[in-house]
Amino acid sequence: MSLLAIENLSLAIHGAPILRDVSFTVDEGQIVGVIGESGSGKSMTALSVMGLLPAGAQARGKVIFEGRDLLAASEAELCALRGAGIGMVFQEPMTALNPVQTIGAQVAETVLIHGAGSRAEAMARAREVLNRVGLPAERFPLSRYPHELSGGQRQRVVIAMAIALRPRLLIADEPTTALDVTTQAQILRLLKRLVAEDGMGLLLITHDLGVVADMADEMVIMKAGEVVERGAGQGFFARMQHPYTRALFEASSHVPERTAQVEERPLLEVRNVSRDYALARTALFAPARRFRAVDGVSFEIRRGESLGLVGESGCGKSTLTRAILGLEEVQEGEILIDGQPVFSGHRVNLAVRRKMQVVFQDPYGSFNPRWKVARLVAEPFHLLGARPPDWRERVGAALESVGLEAADMEKYIHEFSGGQRQRIAIARALILRPELIILDEAVSALDVSIRAQILDLLADLSERFGLTYLFISHDLSVVRAITDRVLVMRAGRIVEEGPTDEVFAKPQHAYTKTLIEAAPELPQVAAQ
Amino acid sequence: MKGRISRSLWLGAALTLAFVGAALLSFVWTPHDFAAMDIPNKLQPPSAVHWFGTDHFGRDIFSMVMVGARTSIAVALVAVGIGMALGVPLGLAAAARSGGLLDEVIMRANDLVFAFPALLIAILITAVFGASAVNAIIAIGIFNIPVFARLTRGGALSLWKREYILAARVSGKGAARISFEHILPNIANLLIVQGTIQFSLGILAEAGLSYVGLGAQPPTPSWGRMLADAQTLIGLAPHIAIFPGLAIVFTVLGLNLMGDGLRDLLDPRLRRART
Amino acid sequence: MLRYTLKRLLSLAISLAVASVVIFVAIEVVPGDPASYMLGINARPDTVAALREELGLNMSPPERYIAWVGGLLQGDFGTSYTYRTPVAEMISERLWVSLPLALFALALSTLVAFPAGIIAATRRGSKWDLGIMGVTQLGIAVPNFWFAMLMVLVFAINLRWFSAGGFPGWDEGLFAGLKALLLPAVSLALPQASILARVMRSALLDTLDEDFIRTARAKGLTRRQVLRRHALRNALIPVLTIIGLQFSFLLAGAIIIENVFFLPGLGRLVFQSISARDLIVVESVVMLLVFAVVVVNFAVDLAYAAIDPRLRKRR
Repeated sequence: MSLLAIENLSLAIHGAPILRDVSFTVDEGQIVGVIGESGSGKSMTALSVMGLLPAGAQARGKVIFEGRDLLAASEAELCALRGAGIGMVFQEPMTALNPVQTIGAQVAETVLIHGAGSRAEAMARAREVLNRVGLPAERFPLSRYPHELSGGQRQRVVIAMAIALRPRLLIADEPTTALDVTTQAQILRLLKRLVAEDGMGLLLITHDLGVVADMADEMVIMKAGEVVERGAGQGFFARMQHPYTRALFEASSHVPERTAQVEERPLLEVRNVSRDYALARTALFAPARRFRAVDGVSFEIRRGESLGLVGESGCGKSTLTRAILGLEEVQEGEILIDGQPVFSGHRVNLAVRRKMQVVFQDPYGSFNPRWKVARLVAEPFHLLGARPPDWRERVGAALESVGLEAADMEKYIHEFSGGQRQRIAIARALILRPELIILDEAVSALDVSIRAQILDLLADLSERFGLTYLFISHDLSVVRAITDRVLVMRAGRIVEEGPTDEVFAKPQHAYTKTLIEAAPELPQVAAQ
Repeated sequence: MKGRISRSLWLGAALTLAFVGAALLSFVWTPHDFAAMDIPNKLQPPSAVHWFGTDHFGRDIFSMVMVGARTSIAVALVAVGIGMALGVPLGLAAAARSGGLLDEVIMRANDLVFAFPALLIAILITAVFGASAVNAIIAIGIFNIPVFARLTRGGALSLWKREYILAARVSGKGAARISFEHILPNIANLLIVQGTIQFSLGILAEAGLSYVGLGAQPPTPSWGRMLADAQTLIGLAPHIAIFPGLAIVFTVLGLNLMGDGLRDLLDPRLRRART
Repeated sequence: MLRYTLKRLLSLAISLAVASVVIFVAIEVVPGDPASYMLGINARPDTVAALREELGLNMSPPERYIAWVGGLLQGDFGTSYTYRTPVAEMISERLWVSLPLALFALALSTLVAFPAGIIAATRRGSKWDLGIMGVTQLGIAVPNFWFAMLMVLVFAINLRWFSAGGFPGWDEGLFAGLKALLLPAVSLALPQASILARVMRSALLDTLDEDFIRTARAKGLTRRQVLRRHALRNALIPVLTIIGLQFSFLLAGAIIIENVFFLPGLGRLVFQSISARDLIVVESVVMLLVFAVVVVNFAVDLAYAAIDPRLRKRR
């Protein structure tokens, strides 16, 4: 008998169908990966098991855990089970912990609430579990508060809370999505180790095929509330049948076709650039300490080239982006476009600014919701002083070049999907026919299938308009797919630089090696 | 994704319109001359002739309530206007220069005004210049400035972090242009809702000030003064205290319901955050 | 924590200093010659001259300001012109009515609002919630002095349970004193309790929406345990802000309510002084009230830090 058996689970929230006939099982000591894009219903499946569905949810079917149907269980029975029999880890470590309680108290609470020991025993157990998840006593006393820990450390605390009573089943819903690659690899390793040590079942929910590829014993692919394919993890990609699974696999490792024509002449030159920030004073009269976000960075991008800039959060890549865009002045060094400085005499050089544009990460936060698309896309015309008389034609042409229709300019931004919005962001970047486009995590928030389409579009545009890209991302697979050359940045410095293929094949710097090893990778499958 | 027009919005708008209508109507018509004394008929209970009865000078209370609505609405409306006209630009400027000296000065000045409840400002002004409706407006208006400055700054600060603001900066737009093109339209809802709330608070404050004699002076009728006059006679003729009081309650209730309803309509995400 | 406290203390001192300048300028500089203002237009020149002498108006404004603040710091609030008694004495007498009244009202409002807000939030959409939201909506709309008059009508004039006003003094015993303050405190507390209950409700609903509440539920806590152990303390942060703000409204409201019930408190003193044009008393009482508001806000800041560990560091 399986530890957990989900049988024909269907779910509707306020009458709207969310899940249909979902069935799969989790055995003891088994890792089951549930993979799907947004809206596939994977998280709702997990919440059904926990009995933590939102108000108005109606579930049918069976969720059998150790022989008991949880959908029929009372709230009191479920409370006794949660935390003791089934533990759960969520996506957002930054907000998953109570900010006003110590980590010790929060881990010990799992023990206390289930009456598994006295206060002192619970605290001792909390200490033990925190040690187990890699938070040793000397650096992480029980009296620490969540805000004193990093994202990865907080996720370890959440895991400690979930496994404190050695549950038979652990559910992890996108446990690493909000984390950096190297941290992600550590957390995944930790989960794997805990499964092996405790023999518990692990239900690992993710949107990223790479995360589960070399880890899951069993794969469950979900789409629009249904399970489209299931199978053993080993060799899954060689056997996959369903077109959606194949499409997902293809999109995850998609490499757009590019025929770059790189000229020798550099377009962007960054020379010895440094940028400091003042830190908050530690004492009232202490001298203000400074933090060097970017430290003596130099590189260039040649015309027509696509350059990747890779680094984890806090490495200084955002600061560098703002400096190149002329939003913040640097303290040392200079940034030149076409031989012209971005800043001349503390003032932004408008002629230079017209030559570059940017596409940001968040397809939802990138647009003023009260403006029509026409006005949004036309905003960069401000750099010319006034909108040209034929501005509407040019907006229409820009929209068409990114695969939308000219008539879309009369709509508001909320009428578009995430992928379409990112196309509009690209249209806005194209409107002045710039030479350099900075793509700041431009595809990071998109589902893989949409991401593949946008990458194709970018490759196509660079060819048509002779664009040069600076591609900034934490996602190695994307950088690998679309760049000619790559820079690896860490703690404000460029630690490695070279042609993309070479760097990925033979990384020189230790940090680059760690990054590449940590990045989840899909197995090579012969084309079918 | 806009909310529905809720019942509370209908009810609130209806009450508000009724009182604004009564105030406007009072310029051309009242059942009786609101200032006409009729001592023989003083303290009459409500009747077909005097719908709300008469006061201690025999004046028609219904007519006085109608004319009193003028004072209340005018004082509260102008005070909200002062608060918005000064508070919103200050808040926008503080947010645009967040963390800078200007921000610090504006916010400290705000804290300082918060240390003076409207009544204390009114007391200070009255102690020096004497009581009048204009001084009541100034007192309530000054108190409204930091309310709007804070609200604007808070709303603007969260918007300044959005990527569309970065995109506008990349397009070469300065802080002032961004504040008016991008920030202001996106916090307008917030300001409208707070405006109705401050409007209702202003009506309550005006009533309190004129009740203690710091607001509109006789012969200008005002709801607060009517209640002050009624106080010693309340045992003899309760109706002279009840009707002006109900006028205040229904006006304030109407504005609050309208504020809640507008918030639901304009910003469904805020629906639950109503207080 | 110490640095945080010191910083708040510094900002408290600055607020008080600036407030004192504002009050001083408003009362002593703006009117031109306070002495002739206080005595009115028909005063004889030699009386005005005598008062000028007494008020020290022959000094320059900065000198007078320093003398005034120096006096305040030593507890010397000047001498009332009308009553010919030290203002400090008058204030301390009245304070024994006004302060208990404000605290009584604050206690009532908090005791009613907390349970009401919690019930409404935990049974969202139920009859309880609708009822509490309806009553509080009305409570906010009712002017407290009118509510006070209605209570006098019902409980003092018709039922004769209470006297219609006045204060027997604490010498008559604690019960008699509290009884005289009950109606005023209830009418002061009504709108405040309504606002506080609504803030409590929405703060709790916001907190119950947070990710860490779901984490706690996943640990096996029941709804009730989540509320007690996690939601309440986090919801207290916005609620405290409102309690701090309300204190200044309570003070202001008390000034009006004291007039309804003829209580010999600071509010009555202010109005008597205004009609007597006794600027010395007005100046000192306003300064004292501002001092109270600023000190309460300081206390709220400290309470924040006690609740929220993120504030103890930095800032």
